[in-house]
Amino acid sequence: MEKLSTVYADNAATTAMSRTAVEAMLPYLDKIYGNPSSLHSVGQRAKEALEAARADIAACLGARPDEIYFTSCGSESDNQAIRSAAHLGALKGKKHIISTAFEHHAVLHTLRRLEKEEGFEVTLLDVHSTGVITADEVKAAIRPDTCLVTVMFANNEIGTVQPIKEIGEVCRAAGVTFHTDAVQAVGHIPVNVAEQNIDMLSLSAHKFHGPKGTGVLFCRRGLRLLPFIDGGAQERGKRAGTENIAEIVSMAAALKEACANMDENSAKLVKMRDRIISELVKIPHSRLNGDMAHHLPGTINMCFEGIEGEGLLLLLDDKGICASSGSACTSGSLDPSHVLLAIGLPHEVAHGSLRLSLSEYNTEEDADRIIKAVPEVVEYLRAMSPVWKELERGERKHLL
Amino acid sequence: MALYSEKVMDHFRNPRNVGEIPDADGIGEVGNARCGDIMKIYLKIKDGIIEDVKFNTFGCGSAIASSSMATELIKGKPLSEALTLTNKAVAEALDGLPAHKMHCSVLAEEAIRAAIKDYYDKNGIAYDKAQFPDPDETEAR
Repeated sequence: MEKLSTVYADNAATTAMSRTAVEAMLPYLDKIYGNPSSLHSVGQRAKEALEAARADIAACLGARPDEIYFTSCGSESDNQAIRSAAHLGALKGKKHIISTAFEHHAVLHTLRRLEKEEGFEVTLLDVHSTGVITADEVKAAIRPDTCLVTVMFANNEIGTVQPIKEIGEVCRAAGVTFHTDAVQAVGHIPVNVAEQNIDMLSLSAHKFHGPKGTGVLFCRRGLRLLPFIDGGAQERGKRAGTENIAEIVSMAAALKEACANMDENSAKLVKMRDRIISELVKIPHSRLNGDMAHHLPGTINMCFEGIEGEGLLLLLDDKGICASSGSACTSGSLDPSHVLLAIGLPHEVAHGSLRLSLSEYNTEEDADRIIKAVPEVVEYLRAMSPVWKELERGERKHLL
Repeated sequence: MALYSEKVMDHFRNPRNVGEIPDADGIGEVGNARCGDIMKIYLKIKDGIIEDVKFNTFGCGSAIASSSMATELIKGKPLSEALTLTNKAVAEALDGLPAHKMHCSVLAEEAIRAAIKDYYDKNGIAYDKAQFPDPDETEAR
C-alpha cells in the first residue's frame, strides 16, 4: 500500500511533544540529575529547576507557586482533589457531591467508588443536548450537606466548554469547594484560577505538547488538601515521591509556549475546524455534536447514521488519518460513549461517531485530506450496511 | 493497527461477497443496531448446495471481516456442511480475533444458521429444531 504522510487528528487523546518541550527536558535526563530533596549543590540545581517550573506554571494559571502540586497525570490530580474534598467534607458531616453526567472516567469512577464504598451521595447534572450546563443548575443542586462541586472545564469528546467562572461564583457564595478537570482546556483556552473562582484544578502536560506522565493539581491557598501518596515531604507533604524533574521542567516549557501562542493557535484552529465542519455536515444524515458557541477551538465530534465508528477509524487510518470514536467497539464495552449518551443520542447513532481533534501542528492540507476522506469512508461503509439500506428503503426511521 | 491480524484487515479492507441477492432463497439477520452489530446473509441454493452467498454488515472491523470470511467458507458447500461451521472456525480462519471481538464470529455463525433455517421454512423442508437454537439464548449461555 502507498505510504501516506500521517494526518494526526487525535490531539484530545494526546499531542506530539513540541521541540521546546523536548529540548527543555534533555539536560535533566543526564546533566542535572540531582534529587531536589538533597542539600548538596547537585540536588539544589534540580530544586531550582523544579521551583522555576512551579512558578512558570503558576503564572500561566493565575495562581501562586505554593498552590501548584506536581502529580503523575490528570487522573491522579482528579482522584486526589475529589477524595480530599470528599473526606474533608465528611469530617463535617457533608457527604453530597455535585458533578455532571459526562465527566471523564477519572472523575466518574472516583465518585462511584465514594458512593459505593463510603456512602457519599452524588448528583450528576444533566448536560442537555448542547453539552453545556448553567451555573443556576449547579446552584439549584447545592444542598446544606454538599461538600464538593466538580465540573469539567471542557469535554474531551465533544469539546463543549462550561461556564466555569459563573459556576465558581455560585460555589464560592455557598461555601462549597469547586474543582474542575481542566485537562482539555489548559493551554488551549484562557484559564485563570483567580478570575474564574476555581478552588482546585487538574491538568495534564501531554494535552498541550508536553510529556506524558506528569500533571498538576492546583489547590487554592487556605483550602486544606489531604495527602494522596504517603512518604517523604515532597510537594509540601501532599504527594510523596521524588519529583519527575525532567518532565516537570518540560511541562512548564510546553505550557508557557502554549499560553504565549494561544490567541494565534486558537484563531488558526477555529478557522480549520469550521472549514472541516462546513464540508462534513454536507454528508446526509449526519450530526454535529455539542454547542459550537461554547467550544474548544480544535475539537469536532460528529455522528453518521447507519455505520459503526470502528470501521470508520480503521479505514481513515488506512488513508493516513488518525481520529477516534465513541462507538462501543472502540470503548471496549457494549455501550457507546457515556458522553454521547449523556447528550441524549440514541445508541444506534452514538455507535457511528467520529472525533477529530486538531492542534496547531495540523495544516490546511491536513484539513483537505480529512474533508476528502471522511465522506468517502462513510459512503463505503454505508454501502455494505444493512441498517443504512433499511433507512434508505424507509423500513427504518431516520434518527438524524 | 496491531489490534487485528493481517487476515482480518485484509477481509475488512477487501470484503468478499458484499451485497444483496434480490431473489435469495434464504435470508438471515442477527444482532441489533443498538448493540452496534447487524449481520445479514443472503443465500442462493440449488440442489442442497450454496451456489451464491452475499452479506451486508453494520459493525466494527472484525464484524465485517467475520462476515466476509464466513461467506467464503460456505460458498459452494452443501447446506449440511455449512451447518457445521462454528464461530471458532471463522475466527481461526482469520488467524484469530481479540477476545472481546469473538462475538463477531458468533454473529457470523448465527447469521448463516438463520439464513439456512429461513430457506428450510420457506420450502417446507423438515429439520431438527435442536440444530437451530434461538440466537438470544445462545448468547446468554
